[in-house]
Amino acid sequence: MKDKKPKNVFREGAISHEFIGNSIYKHQSKTSIGAHNIFLGQVRADDVDGKTVSAIEYTAYEDMANQKFHDIREATFEKFDLTCMHIYHSLGTVKAGEICLFVFVSAPHRKVVFEALEYVVEEIKANVPVFGKEIFEDESHQWKVNN
Amino acid sequence: MEITIKYFGQLVETTNTTEELITIEKGQISSLLNLLLNKHKGLKQKDFQIAQNQEIVSVDTELSGAEIALLPPFSGG
Repeated sequence: MKDKKPKNVFREGAISHEFIGNSIYKHQSKTSIGAHNIFLGQVRADDVDGKTVSAIEYTAYEDMANQKFHDIREATFEKFDLTCMHIYHSLGTVKAGEICLFVFVSAPHRKVVFEALEYVVEEIKANVPVFGKEIFEDESHQWKVNN
Repeated sequence: MEITIKYFGQLVETTNTTEELITIEKGQISSLLNLLLNKHKGLKQKDFQIAQNQEIVSVDTELSGAEIALLPPFSGG
């Protein structure tokens, strides 16, 4: 359903499997839905010059980011026949292997959820002012860049 | 006019601040940018976009007095 006011997409720390599971469970009451599609962004333990990423520390220009998430939502509902859609993004520290982005789209039929999910994730990567600092095991860091 | 400038991500390290108040004559984003590049020399080597009132703007946009943010490359997700 469409919302008029931007809501807060951010959650402190990793997005837990309980939260994700519960979010799926809550849709059992929405029986017009026939297809869900879910994207989970997970922090990767990249190797950079012999050092391994142990966590990403996320910060954001929160007001602008929430507005951008809202604009993406509106544009997605315009383009695709979705029943509902949820986006959650982490702030603060998320360890390697943990989930930092959870996008959940639902519709009566399957085809639209594949297209809509890709659209949403690509829009988030390109247009939302979130910044990831990759922390290595020796506590040095580098700034992540989306490609 | 007085304008709040916000810095994000690696630019916080470059400028050693998250936020500052700058006094500047009316003009374009470019004049503010020149002032900031002079004040924080490290910014010259950095890649960033500028947002005014939470919208990405080009350097020939007029300063409105609204909040300005310097945004390094995005890396959400």
